[in-house]
Amino acid sequence: MASILDDDPRIIEFDVRTDEMLVNMGPQHPSTHGVLRLVLRTDGEIVSEVEPHIGYLHRCAEKIGENLTARQWIPYTDRMDYLAAMNMNLGWSLAVEKLMKYEVSEKARHLRVLIAELGRIASHLVGMGAYGLDLGTFSPFLYAFRERERILDLFEEACGARLTYSYITVGGLTADLPPGWLQRCEAFLDQFEPVIKEYHALLTTNAIFVKRTANIGVMSREMAIDYGCSGPVLRGSGVDQDLRRDGEAIYTAMYDGYAFEVAVMKNGRYPRDHEYPPVPPDAVIGDCWHRFFVRMIEVVQSMDLVRQAIDRYSACKGTIGEPLKLTEKIPAGDAYLETECPKGQMGFYVVGDGTAIPWRARARSSSFSNLSVTADLCRGCLIADVPAIVGSLDIVMGEIDR
Amino acid sequence: MQVTRGPGFLDQLDAALPGAVTGRNLEALDPWIEVAPGRIAEVCHWLKRSSPVRFDSLECITAVDWHEPDPKKAAKVSWQPRIELVYHLWSTPARVSLVLKCGLPRWKDDQPGSLPELPSVTGVWRGADWHEREVYDLSGVWFTGHPDLRRILCPEDWEGHPLRKDYVQPVEYHGIRNR
Amino acid sequence: MVEYLIDRVGLPGWLAWTAAAALAAVLILNVIAGGALVFIWAERKIAARIQDRLGPTRTGGKFGWLQSLADGIKLLAKEDLMPDGADGMLFRLAPYVSFCASFCAFIALPFAFDFVGLRLNVAVFFVVAVLGLEVFGVILAGYASASKWSLFGSMREAAQVVSYEVPLGMCVVVPVMLAGSMDMVTIAEKQAGWFWNWYLFHDPFTFVIFWVYVTCAVASVNRAPFDLAEAESELVAGFHTEYSGLRWSFFFMAEYGSMFLVSAMAAVLFLGGWNGPVPLATLAGLSEGTGDTAGYLVRLLGMVNLLGKATLGVLVMMWIRWTLPRLRIDQVMTTCLKYCTPIAAVMFAGAMLWQLFLPGGLVPGMRRPAGEIREGWLEGPGGRAAASAPTGSGDLVLVPAAQVRP
Repeated sequence: MASILDDDPRIIEFDVRTDEMLVNMGPQHPSTHGVLRLVLRTDGEIVSEVEPHIGYLHRCAEKIGENLTARQWIPYTDRMDYLAAMNMNLGWSLAVEKLMKYEVSEKARHLRVLIAELGRIASHLVGMGAYGLDLGTFSPFLYAFRERERILDLFEEACGARLTYSYITVGGLTADLPPGWLQRCEAFLDQFEPVIKEYHALLTTNAIFVKRTANIGVMSREMAIDYGCSGPVLRGSGVDQDLRRDGEAIYTAMYDGYAFEVAVMKNGRYPRDHEYPPVPPDAVIGDCWHRFFVRMIEVVQSMDLVRQAIDRYSACKGTIGEPLKLTEKIPAGDAYLETECPKGQMGFYVVGDGTAIPWRARARSSSFSNLSVTADLCRGCLIADVPAIVGSLDIVMGEIDR
Repeated sequence: MQVTRGPGFLDQLDAALPGAVTGRNLEALDPWIEVAPGRIAEVCHWLKRSSPVRFDSLECITAVDWHEPDPKKAAKVSWQPRIELVYHLWSTPARVSLVLKCGLPRWKDDQPGSLPELPSVTGVWRGADWHEREVYDLSGVWFTGHPDLRRILCPEDWEGHPLRKDYVQPVEYHGIRNR
Repeated sequence: MVEYLIDRVGLPGWLAWTAAAALAAVLILNVIAGGALVFIWAERKIAARIQDRLGPTRTGGKFGWLQSLADGIKLLAKEDLMPDGADGMLFRLAPYVSFCASFCAFIALPFAFDFVGLRLNVAVFFVVAVLGLEVFGVILAGYASASKWSLFGSMREAAQVVSYEVPLGMCVVVPVMLAGSMDMVTIAEKQAGWFWNWYLFHDPFTFVIFWVYVTCAVASVNRAPFDLAEAESELVAGFHTEYSGLRWSFFFMAEYGSMFLVSAMAAVLFLGGWNGPVPLATLAGLSEGTGDTAGYLVRLLGMVNLLGKATLGVLVMMWIRWTLPRLRIDQVMTTCLKYCTPIAAVMFAGAMLWQLFLPGGLVPGMRRPAGEIREGWLEGPGGRAAASAPTGSGDLVLVPAAQVRP
């Protein structure tokens, strides 16, 4: 609309409104934990919208699973959550065993607990260290890797691999532990326990860390459940759920007789079976700090579980038994089983048609559901909060893209 | 702790939504109920909002393609060719799970290439968004009412739906040989 | 030295001046550049030790002490990349702006009495101002890189540095007020004697303001936890994302140069400059005033003192960097505007009142009144002019070091 004002040379228009900018964070970016691509719509430092794009690591593992026998697919589960490959192996093995109604020997059961909990510690160590990286502190990452290295050494001794183990398999485990392994494992635990205090000093209770994480990315209980979040992300929002206690019988039977507490804030407080640092006053249930803290508690809980498993395993006589044949036939029918993996509830769904090759193999990824909250959580935060929030979800792209 | 439905539960569902439940198998490993495809959203809504056991979390949506591409074997198979959608639900307060199944024709109106449709459950669980996108992407099922149904794992211009049993991998993608 | 060149060698005045200036420039440039290399090596070693690893061990024999040099050669050999969309001239110019600003400030920094490139009566002002110019290089780099991450980095840097100049300025003014001079040589001289003569221990307010200065200094040279301009977990590498090879290394050198500079400033302003905690030279009967061998020895000792203090400051910055997470931009601004600035203002007022009512300190006789220290030997030929000129006129009077002492 033209008006006389437009021609008035005395009137100068100022436009102080700033433009929005679209920024690609990833797929090559230091803090997106792999090949995650986040498209940020930013207004200065404020992020108005985040759209995650995934699939850069997609290998269609499920299609591969339809062309291999159940045991042959184990190495592909390794490559889903490659930071907790033991737990992935366990999830698929249990799902197939559920369909086959197979039960492993008592000794193998305790060995599985032992290995899975060590895997959880290793995974949480990476999660913790990488979270430090996301917030700009480098040293805790290397401290975490120092300890993880020792777990990997133990794994290597047990199964020969350091990252993709294929150790736990359908019908048991591929091998028994070598002699002296348990002593070395105990030595590791004894050495590791006091170190956790350092992590708390460097991260959990660090004033800047608290400032960066407390009250950031607050996810309500309802939202966490609605999005199907699981694991530390769900428990960080105050939902008291851990499949090791609440899961299906075939899974909880594995932990039968083990004592541990679910790392969740109940009635305003966390479990007190060990010494944990106090919750800072700024932290709100469901924020990044709580998600992180839940992982730190779980590390301690897992250490307890490993100790118990060592005792029970050594008390067992006999052998762990042989795993099933590679070409073992799977009965017709379907079975779905979720296990409590370090990143969350990892579900495997197997549909058999009577042959050795599953008709359908499906992996329900916990990180996939956990990541889907990003768009909602990051709306209106600052750019620096995006890595803080995504990091607190502790995702691994291999599992999301499968 | 997974079996949830005593007879009372199913009766209530039947009473609330007559005709929605078309079949059941309570003896299976994971006992399931079959839901008419067009009414899946209603059923889910009831399960989340009104049922005595609130299924507040959607764990997983799986599409199983019951199709035998080999004509020789196809003659012998015991099943009806169909796409079966499997919904795994979880109730956080009661800590129990529930399985819903939905049979769909492999192609809408038996026209190969036109995707079968069923209502989206994104209105019930926000987490269904990505799961439905994944099913659409990999198995080729169209969810009506989904706010933003596009490919999620494959590139946007990918052809075909890889988890279909009769899927043929394209020879070439943007000049990259696949086979 | 100018007199020496004119009188003994017989050079014309302008040539003597140029030669002296060139010599000073070459000396400073090389010492600082060499120092930066040493600091880069030290940072790698310290970071490694903090992180429970070894760091460089092989290059140059033991301890990998030649690692920085090897890195430098590698950077020289690297391909020089520039994004297509970049503004070529500004892109090339930016590292040099940063580099020059950072190194320029060393001209006015005294390493010991007389060991100063150019004795300015407004040295404090000069150093702070020139150091502030460094930000232009960063802004240019971010703007010219045609990368959104770089732009974010440079905008953050601009906001941050401009904000932190305010409390930094207030902190710096306190020693200036106590010494009654902006001349850094004078300021350091006033703190001679035992360590309780240092301005750090002058009164409680200066003690507090020193820590404010430390915070602001770390922020103004973009070191962790204030390294938002390059925040690698958010902005890939911030303003230098698109830089490679030698140009990138110039940013690096500038960063280490500035770190050293602000640490040396802290040493001069608060930690007694080149005066050690214990006046060893005075106790031993040596004096700086004579200009003979003993005097040079004393100054050399003073230089070691100052370099030691500055290095300690740099090491502390490294220690902080490898320990703490990074703040967020709003928290950085909050720290500056809500904490540093008011605290600095209050401390400034406090220090002023203290100076007014308790000039001699709480314990009578412990501290000599400001201004009485070594008046005697400051009043040598030429020294009078140097000492009195800054306080007298408001003009920028450049007094070359060579004129201060024959």
